[in-house]
Amino acid sequence: MKSVIKKIITFTITLLLVSMVAFLMFQVIPGDSVLTKAGMNATPERIEELREAYGLNENIVVRYFNWLKGFVTGNGYKSYTYNMDVWDLVIPNLKATILLAGYSLIIILAVSIPLGTVLGYMSGKKKKSVSRKIGSLFDVVNQGIMAVPSFFLGIMISIVFGLMLKWFIPGQIVSLEDDFLGFIGAITPAAVAVAVPKIAMLTKFTKSSITENIRADYVRTARSKGMTLTSILFKHVLKNALIPVITVTGVISTEIFAGSIVVEQVFGIPGLGKVLINSISSRDYPVVMAAVVYSAIVVLTVNLIVDIAYRIVDPRMGGKS
Amino acid sequence: MKKRNYTLIAGTIMVLAAILIAIIAEFYTPYATDALSVSDKFLSPSLKHIMGTDNLGRDILSRVMVGMGTTIKISGMAILIGGTLGVILGTVSGYIGGFFDEVLMRINDVVASVPSILLAMVFIGVMGRGTVTVTVALGIAFIPSFARVVRGEVMNYRHRDFVKSAKLSGAGPVRIMFLHIMPNIKNTLLAAVATGFNNAVLAEAGMSYMGIGVQPPTPSLGEMLASSQSFWGLAPWYVIFPGLAIIYLVISLVIFSNGLKKNM
Repeated sequence: MKSVIKKIITFTITLLLVSMVAFLMFQVIPGDSVLTKAGMNATPERIEELREAYGLNENIVVRYFNWLKGFVTGNGYKSYTYNMDVWDLVIPNLKATILLAGYSLIIILAVSIPLGTVLGYMSGKKKKSVSRKIGSLFDVVNQGIMAVPSFFLGIMISIVFGLMLKWFIPGQIVSLEDDFLGFIGAITPAAVAVAVPKIAMLTKFTKSSITENIRADYVRTARSKGMTLTSILFKHVLKNALIPVITVTGVISTEIFAGSIVVEQVFGIPGLGKVLINSISSRDYPVVMAAVVYSAIVVLTVNLIVDIAYRIVDPRMGGKS
Repeated sequence: MKKRNYTLIAGTIMVLAAILIAIIAEFYTPYATDALSVSDKFLSPSLKHIMGTDNLGRDILSRVMVGMGTTIKISGMAILIGGTLGVILGTVSGYIGGFFDEVLMRINDVVASVPSILLAMVFIGVMGRGTVTVTVALGIAFIPSFARVVRGEVMNYRHRDFVKSAKLSGAGPVRIMFLHIMPNIKNTLLAAVATGFNNAVLAEAGMSYMGIGVQPPTPSLGEMLASSQSFWGLAPWYVIFPGLAIIYLVISLVIFSNGLKKNM
Protein backbone atom coordinates (compact mmCIF):
# COMPACT_ATOMS: atom_id res chain seq x y z
CA MET A 1 0.00 0.00 0.00
CA LYS A 2 2.79 2.35 0.99
CA SER A 3 4.56 1.80 -2.30
CA VAL A 4 1.36 2.49 -4.22
CA ILE A 5 1.03 5.86 -2.50
CA LYS A 6 4.67 6.58 -3.28
CA LYS A 7 4.01 5.71 -6.93
CA ILE A 8 1.06 8.08 -7.04
CA ILE A 9 3.14 10.91 -5.58
CA THR A 10 5.89 10.30 -8.14
CA PHE A 11 3.23 10.24 -10.83
CA THR A 12 1.96 13.67 -9.74
CA ILE A 13 5.44 15.18 -9.61
CA THR A 14 6.28 13.80 -13.06
CA LEU A 15 3.06 15.18 -14.42
CA LEU A 16 3.77 18.65 -13.01
CA LEU A 17 7.26 18.54 -14.49
CA VAL A 18 5.85 17.54 -17.88
CA SER A 19 3.46 20.47 -17.79
CA MET A 20 6.25 22.88 -16.80
CA VAL A 21 8.53 21.68 -19.57
CA ALA A 22 5.72 21.86 -22.12
CA PHE A 23 4.82 25.35 -20.97
CA LEU A 24 8.38 26.67 -20.92
CA MET A 25 9.24 25.27 -24.32
CA PHE A 26 6.59 27.37 -25.96
CA GLN A 27 7.75 30.52 -24.18
CA VAL A 28 11.00 30.59 -26.10
CA ILE A 29 9.45 30.45 -29.55
CA PRO A 30 10.50 33.32 -31.75
CA GLY A 31 7.65 35.19 -33.38
CA ASP A 32 4.41 36.33 -31.87
CA SER A 33 1.30 34.42 -32.78
CA VAL A 34 -0.89 37.33 -31.66
CA LEU A 35 0.61 39.37 -34.46
CA THR A 36 -0.30 36.62 -36.89
CA LYS A 37 -3.84 36.52 -35.64
CA ALA A 38 -4.28 40.30 -35.63
CA GLY A 39 -3.16 40.57 -39.22
CA MET A 40 -0.93 43.00 -41.05
CA ASN A 41 -2.97 46.14 -40.54
CA ALA A 42 -3.72 45.77 -36.84
CA THR A 43 -3.46 48.87 -34.70
CA PRO A 44 -1.27 48.69 -31.59
CA GLU A 45 -4.44 48.97 -29.50
CA ARG A 46 -5.94 45.94 -31.15
CA ILE A 47 -2.76 43.92 -30.57
CA GLU A 48 -2.70 45.00 -26.94
CA GLU A 49 -6.33 43.97 -26.61
CA LEU A 50 -5.61 40.52 -28.00
CA ARG A 51 -2.59 40.06 -25.76
CA GLU A 52 -4.79 40.90 -22.81
CA ALA A 53 -7.50 38.49 -23.98
CA TYR A 54 -5.04 35.62 -24.28
CA GLY A 55 -3.46 36.49 -20.94
CA LEU A 56 -0.05 37.14 -22.44
CA ASN A 57 0.65 40.25 -20.38
CA GLU A 58 0.97 38.52 -17.01
CA ASN A 59 4.35 37.39 -15.72
CA ILE A 60 5.48 33.89 -16.50
CA VAL A 61 4.62 32.26 -13.16
CA VAL A 62 1.09 33.65 -13.17
CA ARG A 63 0.68 32.53 -16.76
CA TYR A 64 1.84 29.03 -15.89
CA PHE A 65 -0.66 28.72 -13.07
CA ASN A 66 -3.47 30.15 -15.17
CA TRP A 67 -2.61 27.66 -17.85
CA LEU A 68 -2.50 24.80 -15.35
CA LYS A 69 -5.85 25.85 -13.89
CA GLY A 70 -7.25 25.69 -17.39
CA PHE A 71 -6.20 22.07 -17.64
CA VAL A 72 -7.74 21.06 -14.36
CA THR A 73 -11.03 22.85 -14.89
CA GLY A 74 -11.29 22.13 -18.59
CA ASN A 75 -11.63 25.73 -19.74
CA GLY A 76 -8.11 26.68 -20.51
CA TYR A 77 -6.63 28.79 -23.20
CA LYS A 78 -8.34 29.44 -26.46
CA SER A 79 -6.94 28.20 -29.72
CA TYR A 80 -5.23 30.92 -31.76
CA THR A 81 -6.72 29.72 -35.04
CA TYR A 82 -10.20 28.62 -34.02
CA ASN A 83 -12.42 30.47 -31.65
CA MET A 84 -12.60 27.41 -29.43
CA ASP A 85 -11.26 26.21 -26.11
CA VAL A 86 -8.24 23.94 -26.58
CA TRP A 87 -10.09 21.39 -24.44
CA ASP A 88 -13.00 21.17 -26.89
CA LEU A 89 -10.59 21.01 -29.79
CA VAL A 90 -8.26 18.36 -28.45
CA ILE A 91 -10.43 16.06 -26.33
CA PRO A 92 -12.68 14.57 -29.08
CA ASN A 93 -9.61 13.73 -31.13
CA LEU A 94 -7.73 12.43 -28.11
CA LYS A 95 -10.72 10.16 -27.43
CA ALA A 96 -10.47 8.72 -30.93
CA THR A 97 -6.74 8.05 -30.47
CA ILE A 98 -7.25 6.49 -27.04
CA LEU A 99 -10.00 4.26 -28.45
CA LEU A 100 -7.76 3.20 -31.31
CA ALA A 101 -4.82 2.51 -28.99
CA GLY A 102 -7.00 0.71 -26.44
CA TYR A 103 -8.62 -1.37 -29.15
CA SER A 104 -5.21 -2.42 -30.47
CA LEU A 105 -4.05 -3.23 -26.95
CA ILE A 106 -7.03 -5.56 -26.47
CA ILE A 107 -6.28 -7.26 -29.79
CA ILE A 108 -2.62 -7.60 -28.84
CA LEU A 109 -3.31 -9.13 -25.44
CA ALA A 110 -6.07 -11.40 -26.76
CA VAL A 111 -3.84 -12.85 -29.47
CA SER A 112 -0.33 -12.84 -28.10
CA ILE A 113 -0.81 -14.21 -24.58
CA PRO A 114 -2.61 -17.44 -25.65
CA LEU A 115 -0.35 -17.80 -28.68
CA GLY A 116 2.82 -17.16 -26.68
CA THR A 117 1.70 -19.60 -24.01
CA VAL A 118 1.04 -22.39 -26.51
CA LEU A 119 4.35 -21.78 -28.31
CA GLY A 120 6.28 -21.55 -25.07
CA TYR A 121 4.66 -24.74 -23.82
CA MET A 122 5.54 -26.52 -27.06
CA SER A 123 9.17 -25.46 -27.19
CA GLY A 124 9.69 -25.93 -23.46
CA LYS A 125 8.58 -29.55 -23.51
CA LYS A 126 11.21 -31.78 -25.02
CA LYS A 127 14.45 -31.18 -26.81
CA LYS A 128 14.48 -31.73 -30.56
CA SER A 129 10.80 -32.52 -30.87
CA VAL A 130 8.68 -31.39 -33.82
CA SER A 131 6.91 -28.82 -31.67
CA ARG A 132 10.23 -27.21 -30.85
CA LYS A 133 10.97 -26.82 -34.53
CA ILE A 134 7.62 -25.18 -35.08
CA GLY A 135 8.56 -22.86 -32.25
CA SER A 136 11.84 -21.79 -33.87
CA LEU A 137 10.19 -21.39 -37.27
CA PHE A 138 7.75 -19.05 -35.60
CA ASP A 139 10.63 -17.01 -34.17
CA VAL A 140 11.88 -16.25 -37.67
CA VAL A 141 8.43 -15.24 -38.94
CA ASN A 142 7.97 -13.17 -35.80
CA GLN A 143 11.19 -11.30 -36.35
CA GLY A 144 10.06 -10.36 -39.82
CA ILE A 145 6.65 -9.14 -38.68
CA MET A 146 8.20 -7.01 -35.95
CA ALA A 147 10.21 -5.11 -38.53
CA VAL A 148 7.18 -3.88 -40.50
CA PRO A 149 6.33 -0.30 -39.58
CA SER A 150 2.68 -0.14 -38.55
CA PHE A 151 1.83 2.67 -40.98
CA PHE A 152 3.19 0.67 -43.91
CA LEU A 153 1.14 -2.28 -42.71
CA GLY A 154 -1.85 0.06 -42.62
CA ILE A 155 -1.26 1.02 -46.24
CA MET A 156 -0.98 -2.64 -47.21
CA ILE A 157 -4.19 -3.51 -45.35
CA SER A 158 -5.98 -0.66 -47.12
CA ILE A 159 -4.78 -1.86 -50.52
CA VAL A 160 -5.44 -5.57 -50.03
CA PHE A 161 -8.58 -5.59 -47.91
CA GLY A 162 -9.93 -2.20 -48.89
CA LEU A 163 -9.22 -1.74 -52.59
CA MET A 164 -8.81 -5.32 -53.75
CA LEU A 165 -11.17 -7.37 -51.57
CA LYS A 166 -13.48 -4.41 -50.83
CA TRP A 167 -14.09 -5.43 -47.20
CA PHE A 168 -14.09 -1.78 -46.21
CA ILE A 169 -13.76 1.60 -47.86
CA PRO A 170 -10.37 3.16 -47.09
CA GLY A 171 -10.70 6.57 -45.54
CA GLN A 172 -14.33 6.23 -44.60
CA ILE A 173 -14.81 6.97 -40.91
CA VAL A 174 -18.07 7.12 -38.96
CA SER A 175 -18.36 9.99 -36.50
CA LEU A 176 -17.60 8.90 -32.96
CA GLU A 177 -20.45 10.93 -31.44
CA ASP A 178 -23.13 9.64 -33.80
CA ASP A 179 -22.41 5.96 -33.83
CA PHE A 180 -19.97 4.47 -31.34
CA LEU A 181 -20.14 0.90 -32.63
CA GLY A 182 -19.92 2.11 -36.22
CA PHE A 183 -16.77 4.04 -35.30
CA ILE A 184 -15.25 0.99 -33.64
CA GLY A 185 -16.02 -1.02 -36.77
CA ALA A 186 -14.47 1.61 -39.00
CA ILE A 187 -11.22 1.78 -37.01
CA THR A 188 -10.79 -2.01 -36.94
CA PRO A 189 -8.33 -2.11 -39.89
CA ALA A 190 -6.30 0.65 -38.25
CA ALA A 191 -6.31 -1.15 -34.90
CA VAL A 192 -5.09 -4.32 -36.61
CA ALA A 193 -2.30 -2.38 -38.33
CA VAL A 194 -1.13 -0.97 -35.01
CA ALA A 195 -1.49 -4.32 -33.27
CA VAL A 196 0.25 -6.81 -35.59
CA PRO A 197 3.92 -5.77 -35.08
CA LYS A 198 3.34 -5.57 -31.33
CA ILE A 199 1.59 -8.96 -31.32
CA ALA A 200 4.79 -10.40 -32.71
CA MET A 201 6.76 -8.68 -29.98
CA LEU A 202 4.57 -9.70 -27.06
CA THR A 203 4.15 -13.26 -28.35
CA LYS A 204 7.90 -13.64 -28.46
CA PHE A 205 8.20 -12.29 -24.95
CA THR A 206 5.41 -14.45 -23.54
CA LYS A 207 6.87 -17.48 -25.25
CA SER A 208 10.32 -17.04 -23.76
CA SER A 209 8.89 -16.28 -20.34
CA ILE A 210 6.81 -19.49 -20.40
CA THR A 211 9.72 -21.58 -21.73
CA GLU A 212 11.98 -20.28 -19.01
CA ASN A 213 9.44 -21.10 -16.30
CA ILE A 214 8.69 -24.57 -17.65
CA ARG A 215 12.36 -25.45 -17.24
CA ALA A 216 12.44 -24.11 -13.68
CA ASP A 217 13.00 -26.32 -10.66
CA TYR A 218 9.54 -25.87 -9.22
CA VAL A 219 8.05 -27.44 -12.33
CA ARG A 220 10.32 -30.45 -11.94
CA THR A 221 9.26 -30.78 -8.30
CA ALA A 222 5.60 -30.59 -9.25
CA ARG A 223 6.12 -33.21 -11.96
CA SER A 224 7.88 -35.55 -9.57
CA LYS A 225 4.83 -35.31 -7.34
CA GLY A 226 2.82 -36.64 -10.26
CA MET A 227 1.20 -33.55 -11.74
CA THR A 228 0.78 -33.43 -15.51
CA LEU A 229 2.58 -30.70 -17.39
CA THR A 230 -0.70 -29.19 -18.56
CA SER A 231 -2.06 -28.79 -15.06
CA ILE A 232 1.29 -27.37 -13.87
CA LEU A 233 1.03 -24.88 -16.71
CA PHE A 234 -2.36 -23.61 -15.64
CA LYS A 235 -1.86 -23.83 -11.88
CA HIS A 236 1.69 -22.53 -11.49
CA VAL A 237 3.55 -21.52 -14.61
CA LEU A 238 1.07 -19.01 -16.02
CA LYS A 239 0.96 -17.01 -12.80
CA ASN A 240 4.72 -16.68 -12.67
CA ALA A 241 5.33 -16.24 -16.36
CA LEU A 242 2.79 -13.49 -16.89
CA ILE A 243 4.30 -11.11 -14.32
CA PRO A 244 7.09 -9.86 -16.61
CA VAL A 245 4.53 -9.77 -19.44
CA ILE A 246 2.61 -7.12 -17.50
CA THR A 247 5.71 -4.92 -17.34
CA VAL A 248 6.31 -5.24 -21.05
CA THR A 249 2.67 -4.37 -21.69
CA GLY A 250 3.34 -1.05 -19.99
CA VAL A 251 6.24 -0.32 -22.31
CA ILE A 252 4.26 -1.44 -25.33
CA SER A 253 1.30 0.81 -24.52
CA THR A 254 3.45 3.91 -24.98
CA GLU A 255 4.53 2.60 -28.36
CA ILE A 256 0.96 1.71 -29.32
CA PHE A 257 -0.09 5.24 -28.51
CA ALA A 258 2.68 6.70 -30.66
CA GLY A 259 1.94 4.18 -33.41
CA SER A 260 -1.74 5.10 -33.38
CA ILE A 261 -0.89 8.76 -34.00
CA VAL A 262 0.83 7.81 -37.27
CA VAL A 263 -1.55 5.05 -38.39
CA GLU A 264 -4.50 7.42 -37.97
CA GLN A 265 -3.13 9.36 -40.91
CA VAL A 266 -3.27 6.30 -43.17
CA PHE A 267 -6.95 5.72 -42.49
CA GLY A 268 -7.98 9.36 -42.14
CA ILE A 269 -9.11 8.93 -38.54
CA PRO A 270 -9.55 12.37 -36.94
CA GLY A 271 -7.33 11.76 -33.93
CA LEU A 272 -4.51 13.39 -32.04
CA GLY A 273 -2.14 13.16 -35.00
CA LYS A 274 -4.43 15.32 -37.09
CA VAL A 275 -4.75 17.97 -34.37
CA LEU A 276 -1.00 18.01 -33.90
CA ILE A 277 -0.17 18.32 -37.58
CA ASN A 278 -2.77 21.04 -38.09
CA SER A 279 -1.77 23.03 -35.04
CA ILE A 280 1.93 22.72 -35.83
CA SER A 281 1.30 23.98 -39.36
CA SER A 282 -0.75 26.95 -38.17
CA ARG A 283 1.54 27.67 -35.20
CA ASP A 284 -1.39 27.22 -32.85
CA TYR A 285 0.75 26.75 -29.75
CA PRO A 286 -1.94 26.44 -27.06
CA VAL A 287 -3.34 23.48 -28.97
CA VAL A 288 0.07 21.85 -29.43
CA MET A 289 0.83 22.28 -25.71
CA ALA A 290 -2.53 20.86 -24.73
CA ALA A 291 -2.20 17.89 -27.05
CA VAL A 292 1.24 17.09 -25.66
CA VAL A 293 0.24 17.42 -22.01
CA TYR A 294 -2.92 15.36 -22.46
CA SER A 295 -0.96 12.62 -24.20
CA ALA A 296 1.62 12.62 -21.43
CA ILE A 297 -1.23 12.27 -18.92
CA VAL A 298 -2.54 9.25 -20.82
CA VAL A 299 0.87 7.60 -21.07
CA LEU A 300 1.74 8.26 -17.43
CA THR A 301 -1.65 7.02 -16.22
CA VAL A 302 -1.31 3.79 -18.16
CA ASN A 303 2.15 3.28 -16.71
CA LEU A 304 0.84 3.95 -13.21
CA ILE A 305 -1.96 1.40 -13.67
CA VAL A 306 0.50 -1.17 -14.99
CA ASP A 307 2.81 -0.51 -12.06
CA ILE A 308 0.04 -0.96 -9.52
CA ALA A 309 -1.30 -4.06 -11.30
CA TYR A 310 2.20 -5.49 -11.18
CA ARG A 311 2.36 -5.01 -7.44
CA ILE A 312 -1.03 -6.61 -6.91
CA VAL A 313 -0.18 -9.64 -9.03
CA ASP A 314 3.28 -10.12 -7.57
CA PRO A 315 3.26 -9.67 -3.77
CA ARG A 316 7.03 -10.03 -3.69
CA MET A 317 7.29 -6.55 -5.19
CA GLY A 318 5.22 -4.96 -2.44
CA GLY A 319 8.04 -3.82 -0.18
CA LYS A 320 10.38 -2.41 -2.80
CA SER A 321 9.83 0.95 -4.36
CA MET B 1 36.01 -24.25 -30.08
CA LYS B 2 34.05 -21.07 -30.24
CA LYS B 3 31.02 -21.24 -32.50
CA ARG B 4 30.86 -18.56 -35.15
CA ASN B 5 28.22 -15.92 -34.56
CA TYR B 6 26.44 -16.13 -37.92
CA THR B 7 23.68 -13.79 -36.78
CA LEU B 8 26.20 -11.04 -36.18
CA ILE B 9 27.94 -11.68 -39.51
CA ALA B 10 24.65 -11.58 -41.44
CA GLY B 11 23.51 -8.46 -39.58
CA THR B 12 26.80 -6.67 -40.20
CA ILE B 13 26.70 -7.49 -43.93
CA MET B 14 23.10 -6.26 -44.21
CA VAL B 15 23.81 -3.02 -42.36
CA LEU B 16 26.96 -2.39 -44.39
CA ALA B 17 25.03 -3.01 -47.62
CA ALA B 18 22.49 -0.35 -46.62
CA ILE B 19 25.26 2.12 -45.80
CA LEU B 20 26.95 1.29 -49.11
CA ILE B 21 23.74 2.05 -51.01
CA ALA B 22 23.51 5.35 -49.16
CA ILE B 23 27.09 6.25 -50.04
CA ILE B 24 26.61 5.29 -53.71
CA ALA B 25 23.45 7.39 -53.80
CA GLU B 26 25.51 10.41 -52.76
CA PHE B 27 27.52 10.17 -56.00
CA TYR B 28 25.49 8.17 -58.44
CA THR B 29 21.84 7.39 -59.06
CA PRO B 30 20.48 5.86 -62.28
CA TYR B 31 18.38 8.99 -62.87
CA ALA B 32 18.30 12.40 -61.24
CA THR B 33 15.85 12.28 -58.32
CA ASP B 34 14.08 15.39 -59.54
CA ALA B 35 13.99 14.56 -63.26
CA LEU B 36 10.35 15.05 -64.15
CA SER B 37 8.94 13.47 -67.24
CA VAL B 38 5.21 13.54 -67.89
CA SER B 39 5.38 10.95 -70.66
CA ASP B 40 7.14 8.48 -68.34
CA LYS B 41 4.70 8.59 -65.43
CA PHE B 42 3.47 5.38 -63.79
CA LEU B 43 5.77 3.11 -65.79
CA SER B 44 5.72 -0.34 -64.22
CA PRO B 45 9.04 -1.89 -63.18
CA SER B 46 11.20 -2.75 -66.19
CA LEU B 47 14.88 -2.96 -67.06
CA LYS B 48 14.95 0.77 -67.71
CA HIS B 49 13.28 1.66 -64.42
CA ILE B 50 13.83 -1.29 -62.08
CA MET B 51 11.31 -0.02 -59.53
CA GLY B 52 9.10 1.81 -62.01
CA THR B 53 8.28 5.49 -62.01
CA ASP B 54 5.98 7.66 -59.91
CA ASN B 55 3.17 10.12 -60.66
CA LEU B 56 5.64 12.72 -61.96
CA GLY B 57 7.67 10.26 -64.02
CA ARG B 58 10.57 10.18 -61.57
CA ASP B 59 12.64 7.01 -61.26
CA ILE B 60 11.64 5.27 -58.01
CA LEU B 61 14.91 3.32 -57.62
CA SER B 62 16.92 6.54 -57.59
CA ARG B 63 14.57 8.09 -55.08
CA VAL B 64 14.59 5.01 -52.84
CA MET B 65 18.41 5.02 -52.85
CA VAL B 66 18.61 8.68 -51.87
CA GLY B 67 15.72 8.23 -49.44
CA MET B 68 17.56 5.43 -47.66
CA GLY B 69 20.55 7.70 -47.43
CA THR B 70 18.43 10.48 -45.93
CA THR B 71 16.98 8.10 -43.36
CA ILE B 72 20.38 6.67 -42.43
CA LYS B 73 21.94 10.13 -42.13
CA ILE B 74 19.15 11.51 -39.94
CA SER B 75 18.91 8.43 -37.74
CA GLY B 76 22.68 8.22 -37.42
CA MET B 77 23.03 11.86 -36.39
CA ALA B 78 20.08 11.55 -34.01
CA ILE B 79 21.68 8.52 -32.34
CA LEU B 80 25.00 10.34 -32.16
CA ILE B 81 23.37 13.30 -30.39
CA GLY B 82 21.13 11.21 -28.15
CA GLY B 83 23.82 8.63 -27.48
CA THR B 84 26.55 11.11 -26.55
CA LEU B 85 24.35 13.16 -24.23
CA GLY B 86 22.66 10.06 -22.83
CA VAL B 87 25.96 8.33 -22.11
CA ILE B 88 27.38 11.40 -20.36
CA LEU B 89 24.22 11.93 -18.30
CA GLY B 90 23.84 8.25 -17.48
CA THR B 91 27.48 7.80 -16.50
CA VAL B 92 27.64 10.87 -14.30
CA SER B 93 24.25 10.14 -12.76
CA GLY B 94 25.08 6.51 -12.05
CA TYR B 95 28.55 7.27 -10.74
CA ILE B 96 27.69 10.15 -8.44
CA GLY B 97 24.31 8.78 -7.34
CA GLY B 98 22.36 10.33 -4.49
CA PHE B 99 20.24 13.41 -4.90
CA PHE B 100 21.80 14.41 -8.22
CA ASP B 101 20.91 10.99 -9.63
CA GLU B 102 17.37 11.24 -8.28
CA VAL B 103 16.79 14.62 -9.95
CA LEU B 104 18.30 13.57 -13.28
CA MET B 105 16.28 10.38 -13.35
CA ARG B 106 13.04 12.26 -12.64
CA ILE B 107 13.75 14.57 -15.59
CA ASN B 108 14.58 11.46 -17.59
CA ASP B 109 11.16 10.04 -16.69
CA VAL B 110 9.50 13.22 -17.89
CA VAL B 111 11.13 13.03 -21.29
CA ALA B 112 10.52 9.28 -21.51
CA SER B 113 6.84 9.66 -20.64
CA VAL B 114 6.22 11.49 -23.90
CA PRO B 115 6.45 9.17 -26.92
CA SER B 116 9.51 10.11 -28.98
CA ILE B 117 7.48 10.92 -32.09
CA LEU B 118 5.31 13.31 -30.06
CA LEU B 119 8.35 14.97 -28.53
CA ALA B 120 9.83 15.41 -31.98
CA MET B 121 6.55 16.96 -33.14
CA VAL B 122 6.75 19.48 -30.29
CA PHE B 123 10.24 20.44 -31.35
CA ILE B 124 9.09 20.88 -34.90
CA GLY B 125 6.26 23.02 -33.56
CA VAL B 126 8.78 25.21 -31.78
CA MET B 127 11.61 25.33 -34.28
CA GLY B 128 9.83 24.88 -37.58
CA ARG B 129 10.18 22.04 -40.06
CA GLY B 130 13.37 20.86 -41.66
CA THR B 131 16.04 18.20 -41.62
CA VAL B 132 18.05 19.76 -38.79
CA THR B 133 15.00 20.07 -36.56
CA VAL B 134 14.00 16.46 -37.10
CA THR B 135 17.52 15.28 -36.32
CA VAL B 136 17.89 17.34 -33.16
CA ALA B 137 14.37 16.48 -32.01
CA LEU B 138 14.90 12.75 -32.45
CA GLY B 139 18.32 13.04 -30.82
CA ILE B 140 16.84 14.61 -27.70
CA ALA B 141 14.02 12.10 -27.67
CA PHE B 142 16.58 9.28 -27.53
CA ILE B 143 18.59 10.65 -24.59
CA PRO B 144 16.52 8.93 -21.86
CA SER B 145 16.85 5.41 -23.20
CA PHE B 146 20.63 5.70 -23.41
CA ALA B 147 20.92 7.43 -20.05
CA ARG B 148 18.91 4.70 -18.34
CA VAL B 149 20.85 1.78 -19.84
CA VAL B 150 24.24 3.35 -19.12
CA ARG B 151 23.28 4.44 -15.61
CA GLY B 152 22.26 0.91 -14.66
CA GLU B 153 25.52 -0.52 -15.95
CA VAL B 154 27.67 2.14 -14.29
CA MET B 155 25.95 1.50 -10.96
CA ASN B 156 26.89 -2.16 -11.37
CA TYR B 157 30.55 -1.33 -11.69
CA ARG B 158 30.79 1.62 -9.33
CA HIS B 159 31.76 -0.45 -6.29
CA ARG B 160 33.91 -3.05 -8.00
CA ASP B 161 37.46 -3.58 -6.83
CA PHE B 162 39.08 -2.27 -9.98
CA VAL B 163 37.33 1.05 -9.50
CA LYS B 164 38.51 1.21 -5.89
CA SER B 165 42.08 0.45 -6.87
CA ALA B 166 41.96 3.10 -9.59
CA LYS B 167 40.74 5.57 -6.99
CA LEU B 168 43.54 4.60 -4.63
CA SER B 169 46.13 5.13 -7.30
CA GLY B 170 44.83 8.66 -7.68
CA ALA B 171 42.60 8.56 -10.77
CA GLY B 172 40.04 11.35 -10.92
CA PRO B 173 36.32 10.68 -11.33
CA VAL B 174 36.26 11.61 -15.02
CA ARG B 175 39.13 9.23 -15.74
CA ILE B 176 37.48 6.43 -13.79
CA MET B 177 34.11 6.97 -15.45
CA PHE B 178 35.27 7.12 -19.02
CA LEU B 179 38.53 5.15 -19.07
CA HIS B 180 37.90 2.45 -16.49
CA ILE B 181 34.16 1.84 -16.45
CA MET B 182 33.25 2.69 -20.05
CA PRO B 183 35.20 -0.17 -21.72
CA ASN B 184 33.22 -2.63 -19.61
CA ILE B 185 29.87 -1.46 -20.86
CA LYS B 186 30.70 -1.04 -24.54
CA ASN B 187 28.79 -4.17 -25.60
CA THR B 188 25.63 -3.07 -23.84
CA LEU B 189 26.08 0.34 -25.36
CA LEU B 190 26.51 -1.03 -28.86
CA ALA B 191 23.29 -3.04 -28.53
CA ALA B 192 21.53 0.09 -27.30
CA VAL B 193 22.83 1.97 -30.34
CA ALA B 194 21.46 -0.70 -32.69
CA THR B 195 18.04 -0.68 -31.00
CA GLY B 196 17.99 3.11 -30.92
CA PHE B 197 18.94 3.30 -34.59
CA ASN B 198 16.06 0.99 -35.36
CA ASN B 199 13.60 3.20 -33.48
CA ALA B 200 15.04 6.30 -35.12
CA VAL B 201 14.49 4.83 -38.59
CA LEU B 202 10.86 4.08 -37.76
CA ALA B 203 10.28 7.49 -36.19
CA GLU B 204 11.89 9.34 -39.09
CA ALA B 205 9.88 7.39 -41.64
CA GLY B 206 6.68 7.97 -39.67
CA MET B 207 7.32 11.69 -39.41
CA SER B 208 8.13 12.22 -43.05
CA TYR B 209 5.05 10.14 -43.85
CA MET B 210 2.98 12.63 -41.86
CA GLY B 211 4.62 15.50 -43.70
CA ILE B 212 6.41 16.94 -40.69
CA GLY B 213 9.79 15.33 -41.27
CA VAL B 214 12.17 15.90 -44.14
CA GLN B 215 10.62 18.36 -46.55
CA PRO B 216 10.43 17.91 -50.32
CA PRO B 217 12.27 18.12 -52.68
CA THR B 218 14.63 15.97 -50.56
CA PRO B 219 13.45 12.41 -51.27
CA SER B 220 12.53 10.43 -48.18
CA LEU B 221 10.96 7.02 -47.85
CA GLY B 222 8.10 8.24 -45.68
CA GLU B 223 7.24 11.09 -48.02
CA MET B 224 7.20 8.67 -50.97
CA LEU B 225 4.75 6.44 -49.11
CA ALA B 226 2.54 9.42 -48.36
CA SER B 227 2.41 10.68 -51.93
CA SER B 228 1.82 7.18 -53.29
CA GLN B 229 -1.37 7.01 -51.26
CA SER B 230 -3.58 8.45 -54.02
CA PHE B 231 -2.24 6.03 -56.62
CA TRP B 232 -2.50 2.69 -54.84
CA GLY B 233 -4.64 1.07 -57.50
CA LEU B 234 -2.75 2.65 -60.38
CA ALA B 235 0.86 2.07 -59.35
CA PRO B 236 1.31 -0.47 -56.54
CA TRP B 237 5.08 -0.49 -57.08
CA TYR B 238 5.16 3.15 -55.99
CA VAL B 239 4.12 2.15 -52.47
CA ILE B 240 5.77 -1.27 -52.21
CA PHE B 241 9.42 -0.38 -52.89
CA PRO B 242 9.84 2.49 -50.41
CA GLY B 243 8.05 0.34 -47.83
CA LEU B 244 10.37 -2.60 -48.49
CA ALA B 245 13.36 -0.28 -48.13
CA ILE B 246 12.22 0.72 -44.63
CA ILE B 247 11.58 -2.92 -43.70
CA TYR B 248 15.03 -3.88 -45.00
CA LEU B 249 16.69 -1.20 -42.86
CA VAL B 250 14.80 -2.28 -39.75
CA ILE B 251 15.37 -6.02 -40.26
CA SER B 252 19.09 -5.60 -40.82
CA LEU B 253 19.38 -3.54 -37.63
CA VAL B 254 17.36 -6.10 -35.66
CA ILE B 255 19.53 -8.98 -36.89
CA PHE B 256 22.65 -6.94 -36.13
CA SER B 257 21.57 -6.21 -32.57
CA ASN B 258 20.51 -9.83 -32.01
CA GLY B 259 23.98 -10.86 -33.10
CA LEU B 260 25.52 -8.41 -30.65
CA LYS B 261 23.39 -9.78 -27.83
CA LYS B 262 24.55 -13.31 -28.63
CA ASN B 263 28.14 -12.17 -28.22
CA MET B 264 27.57 -10.85 -24.73
